Amino acid sequence: MSATGLATVGIFGAGKAGSALARLAVAAGHRTLVTGSPGSSGLELLLEVVVPGAEAVDGHTLARDADVVVLLAPFNRRDELPLGDLDGKVVVDAMNYWQPVDGTDPAVEADGRGTTEIVAQANPRARWVKSFSHLGYHDLEDDPRPAGAPGRRAMAVVSDDPRAAAVVADLVDRLGFDPVTAAPLTRGRLLQPGGAIFGARLDADQMRQALTSTRSPQPLAPR
Amino acid sequence: MELGVYTFGSAARDEATGRPVSSAQAQRNLVEAIKVADEVGLDYFGIGEHHTEEMPASAAATILAAGASITSKITLASAVTVLSTEDPVRVYQQFATLDAISGGRAEITAGRGSSIESFPLFGYDLQDYDELYGEKLELLLAIDRDERVTWRGRFRPALDDAEVWPRPDSGHLPIWLGTGGNPRSSLRAGQLGLPIAYGIIGGQPHRFAQLAELYRRSARASGVPEANIKVSVGIPGFVGDDGPTARETWWREWLETMTVVGRRRGFPPPPRGLYDQDSAPGGALFVGSPEEIAERVVALHGHLGHTRQFFQTDVGGLPQRDFLRSIELLGTKVKPLVDAELAATGAEVSTGADAGVRA
Repeated sequence: MSATGLATVGIFGAGKAGSALARLAVAAGHRTLVTGSPGSSGLELLLEVVVPGAEAVDGHTLARDADVVVLLAPFNRRDELPLGDLDGKVVVDAMNYWQPVDGTDPAVEADGRGTTEIVAQANPRARWVKSFSHLGYHDLEDDPRPAGAPGRRAMAVVSDDPRAAAVVADLVDRLGFDPVTAAPLTRGRLLQPGGAIFGARLDADQMRQALTSTRSPQPLAPR
Repeated sequence: MELGVYTFGSAARDEATGRPVSSAQAQRNLVEAIKVADEVGLDYFGIGEHHTEEMPASAAATILAAGASITSKITLASAVTVLSTEDPVRVYQQFATLDAISGGRAEITAGRGSSIESFPLFGYDLQDYDELYGEKLELLLAIDRDERVTWRGRFRPALDDAEVWPRPDSGHLPIWLGTGGNPRSSLRAGQLGLPIAYGIIGGQPHRFAQLAELYRRSARASGVPEANIKVSVGIPGFVGDDGPTARETWWREWLETMTVVGRRRGFPPPPRGLYDQDSAPGGALFVGSPEEIAERVVALHGHLGHTRQFFQTDVGGLPQRDFLRSIELLGTKVKPLVDAELAATGAEVSTGADAGVRA
């Protein structure tokens, strides 16, 4: 927790979505740590211009200092994340396994579980939450509204750990979206591409409804 | 400000039958569009490599070469070449040939593309996405530096003092780096001293000002001459005689194309309200009357300082007649309005001559 009393947010990924989320976190007053693939001098310049106020750090520093860790690396590079360092941390998996962009991963296809469940098994001691992943990065920046604003867009926060979900829900609210929590983590499958919530524009009531959906994610249309 | 068009090819509706034209006719449509764009004074025509039935422009250099022989001034470019799955030697040969045929009007925009059909087509592994692009860009730039190339990499056989011919008359081909907005790409374009082409397909385009700033600072930090630091913008757009009719006409096509894309990518079709928002000032869809579009180009220029903007118009099944009319209005109406407005406000106006400055 930083001097402001607000959670320190640490983001793995300085791409389009990672930098967009970092800007929101800085704007909401959070100490914001970012790590990404450019070399450290490149990352510093990148953040200085694109996310002023965020701190460029290495992955291990981020894992140590962040209260909430958000994973926004490309899904197919997830094995490069230091997930073993995240014991006891609230970790938000915001990555998407998106075949039309990332290609088909036979192991994921054969697994049958949701992708966050698969990622989470790398460190069962972290407190896993699935959120942020169902909104495009443009929407993440264009759609935040103050609490109570009519038509405020909802963000799903799915976890097996209610206290971790509450921490992330508070962050989501501060960033400008209505958090709607749900359990268990298997509900997170609804947030994946082809699921009822992915890319859908929903308010909180509609989100509550959608999170109870029993419709399986639709397979994506083949090329 | 240079204005132009870019396209991935389209399955335009044949107005007589209501059916999509053949993929062969789609190629001929593009050659015709290049000719019209040149006639109405547009500066730029780009073809973005795609490999699908509804976007069938897979061989950009071939289409552009056909266009080169019936035009005189317009810049002919890839937008983008999916470099990750190409052989840079072959790309360079094709565009150097285009440059020769066109009298120095060829450009390459190197990118990764936003779709992945070319990976299985040409036998590449998506797991190598980043490494492929980095390596192939390095080789392409090495070939442009010198006709004799010695090079080693992971993804193609080594070159040992190999010769790559023909060479462009000016000595070099303009090579732009195309990006959809990942900050790392702006950083990289600056470090490499390449001009940058932003593909903006959603959200609020003025947000790209930060990325353009990152690009410029990265380039200056690497000692790149100011003349080589250039920004262009490719963005969806359609110009009609009046704004409301243009937006109504183009909605059908946008909905169709986004529905197809959404089905493959797992998101729902866009609601009309979102389209209305995006096609209003500040949005990423430049759909409207010549006056509206000119005003929006000038406004975006105030944020990005770009010297070229080009529009993707032929989406969905937009009939060829509407595509050509939009090109005509862009050249005859929008361009003079933009030039006059930028001249009046004292902003830098890029002319066709500037395009001759080789990177």
